[in-house]
Amino acid sequence: MSVIILLLIASITVACLFLAAFIWSVKNGQYEDEESPPLRMLFDDTPLTPKEK
Amino acid sequence: MGNKEAAVVVQCYHCGENCVDKPIHAHEKEFCCEGCKMVYEILNQNGLCDYYSISKNPGINQRIKIRENKFAFLDDESIQRSLTVFKDDHQTHISFYLPQMHCSSCLWLLENLHQLNEHIISSKVNFTRKEADIVFNHRSISMRQVAELLTAIGYEPYISLSDAKKAKPRINKSKIYKLGIAGFCFANIMLLSFPEYLGIDAKEQSLLNTFRYLSVLLSLPVFFYSSSELYMSAWKSLKHGFLSIDAPIVLAVVVTFGRSLYEVLSGTGSGYFDSMTGIVFFMLIGRVLQDKTYEQLSFERDYTSYFPIAVTRVKDEKEETVALPDIQLNDTLLIHNQELIPADGILTRGKAVVDYSFVTGESLPVEKEMGEIIYAGGKQIGSNIEMLVVKEVAQSYLTKLWNRDEFKRNSIDSERSFVHLLSKYFTWIVLFLSISSAAYWYFNDVSRMWVAATSVLIIACPCALLLSNTFTNGNILRILGRKHLYLRNAQTIEDIAGIDYIVFDKTGTLTTGRYNEIGYDGKPLSKEAKRKIAALASQSTHPMSKAIVSWTNENSRLKVSAFEEYAGKGIEGIVEGQLITLGSKSYVTGVHAERDIESAVYIAAGGSLLGKFTFRNHYRNNVPLMIKRLRKNYEMAVLSGDNAGEKDYLQELLGFDANILFHQKPEDKLEAIKHLQQMGKKVMMVGDGLNDAGALRQANVGIAVTENSNNFTPASDAILEANELPRLYKFIQLCKDNKKVVIAAFTVSILYNIVGNYYAVQGLLSPMYAAILMPTSSISILLITFGFSNFSAWRMKLK
Repeated sequence: MSVIILLLIASITVACLFLAAFIWSVKNGQYEDEESPPLRMLFDDTPLTPKEK
Repeated sequence: MGNKEAAVVVQCYHCGENCVDKPIHAHEKEFCCEGCKMVYEILNQNGLCDYYSISKNPGINQRIKIRENKFAFLDDESIQRSLTVFKDDHQTHISFYLPQMHCSSCLWLLENLHQLNEHIISSKVNFTRKEADIVFNHRSISMRQVAELLTAIGYEPYISLSDAKKAKPRINKSKIYKLGIAGFCFANIMLLSFPEYLGIDAKEQSLLNTFRYLSVLLSLPVFFYSSSELYMSAWKSLKHGFLSIDAPIVLAVVVTFGRSLYEVLSGTGSGYFDSMTGIVFFMLIGRVLQDKTYEQLSFERDYTSYFPIAVTRVKDEKEETVALPDIQLNDTLLIHNQELIPADGILTRGKAVVDYSFVTGESLPVEKEMGEIIYAGGKQIGSNIEMLVVKEVAQSYLTKLWNRDEFKRNSIDSERSFVHLLSKYFTWIVLFLSISSAAYWYFNDVSRMWVAATSVLIIACPCALLLSNTFTNGNILRILGRKHLYLRNAQTIEDIAGIDYIVFDKTGTLTTGRYNEIGYDGKPLSKEAKRKIAALASQSTHPMSKAIVSWTNENSRLKVSAFEEYAGKGIEGIVEGQLITLGSKSYVTGVHAERDIESAVYIAAGGSLLGKFTFRNHYRNNVPLMIKRLRKNYEMAVLSGDNAGEKDYLQELLGFDANILFHQKPEDKLEAIKHLQQMGKKVMMVGDGLNDAGALRQANVGIAVTENSNNFTPASDAILEANELPRLYKFIQLCKDNKKVVIAAFTVSILYNIVGNYYAVQGLLSPMYAAILMPTSSISILLITFGFSNFSAWRMKLK
């Protein structure tokens, strides 16, 4: 029985962590621009030299 | 075969447009103009040519040069301060709106600004809002230089008067938080309730109690925080003395919570916390979906976002930049080509050719001579002019028009919805059921009275109705948004479905506002005559003359002598010994014309009339087809501020019973809409300009048409991108289907209610049944609404 209580505490703690992560992400503005981040990650950090031949 | 090669059109490497004139060869590439070449060179020097490999021809055409000291106003301290987001000793944060941004290359380049100028510390793009947040070292680079750098690479910042006022409305995130918390609590309570559903050993009573109390704990944030959304809207409408759809839901939530609390505390049962939190959770999802407004669009723009932030003032022979609100009477302003006239005034120097198409709906620019009054809102085309301010900005004709009371509308949107009407009956029926079952059990078995009465309220809460409504609306809004029709809110869907009369504006709405269709009527013109006409017309900068030159397709170098230009009348000159006259009817023929009935230029050679050029507006593609389709179901009218040149064509297009009026002032349009409404019509107004602003507000539905949804549009219920206008009839149809879907979903939910209430009135509703019934009904309603609304969109090829 005490095992179940332990499990309960563990599961609710994990769920709380996810809730906190969610609230943080909203506060951080991650849902404000849904277009540029997916594009941004495709760019190289430093631009290469011109690809002209 | 040899011709084939010559016919190959060269595309500009930078902007991808066809090179009309001779392409410029440089760096083994072709450019359409010097501007494009220059941008390429800047990028090439800084090793930023990846710009061209991310998207094909990503550049912005640079053929139109931007005036050199256009951003001089950014040197002004007070303007700087009003635009700055944050500033400390080393850096300044500023947010620029860059309407030219359109592809991933743009994003990449704008985020690599620091490669172009080392003093720019960082830049971050918000693509949805087309904004770039730029951080720069203000000791080494000025704000003006940043703006000029952006302009140099083709992204000219758009800075208007409304930017100076600051305080952009923050997006309200509280609903999202509420939704997250409700979801969290709902899922956990559900988990904790499983032992309850499946039955638990009597020996484990203490464990059961732990679960129950945990559920109570978890339901508290939902009851007090997440549901506050519902409480507030229910209370708001109750205060207005009407029973909205939220009222019965709040009743159900409160009753469920109360009864569940009682059961747990008294140890008689586990309550319905799972169902309660579930309802709130689904309800909030629906709301968030439906309220997914287009934050980047503003439906309430006023004239300040149309006006520039600063203008050039001439004082003591010196030019200075002055913020718009600081303009005073008797100031002399210098207006450059393509600039907006900010206040009413008298023209004191230069010749004004003012494009009022956005303000009055006239498609042709108006010429003004020195000493004449020019009104605010027009755009100067051609040379620079100077004007003396006779009315302050706040007193000008345009601003006054804007501030008229009729133009402001206030009504409570939600009261109009048919869903509220349905819910009213629903609420009374539920209350009646609840009371009568209570009365029945009072006489038969008092112990079951409370159980039965509350069960009815719990099971029959009209959440299904609300869910079907919010989810369908949300989905339709998203489908329309993807097709570039942005609605202000969900109520607009219903309003669009209910209209029976459509009023169009002409200039800028049905037409592109440019008059590039030109026709010739009269004696046939020889090649020789055409050349002469071209020679004369090319002397004038008037847009009509330019159009005539391009029509003749002659590039004549004939000498013109004794050239005279009479503003508002016409031009004349001697070409190869022959006097050629081009101009208005009264000027060329001497016959006095009361009012312009069409946009025409008459032409005479050697004193005898040859014929006339008529200018036709260019109708947007497929617009005639759309009108023909709409004609079958709707009455239509056109209200135009322009002259009557297009009357015959429009009459034919709209049918002979259609009402077509010209020379309409903004007030006339407003009155016309009012008149129609008094006749019991539900009117949709489709317009674009400031002269439609009043009509757009007065109409039951006002749709502002715009070339670019981020541009300025007058206040309206919806914003439609111009090239989607031909789809208007499909949009209307989809809005009509919306109602059918809601009703279908509602019918299904009624079936669930009947089943649920069958048990509820007998007082037999167990938490288990409730827990199964609630989510299944919710989910099946979701499937119905999404399925049907997507299906009807797909059927109309809107998907």
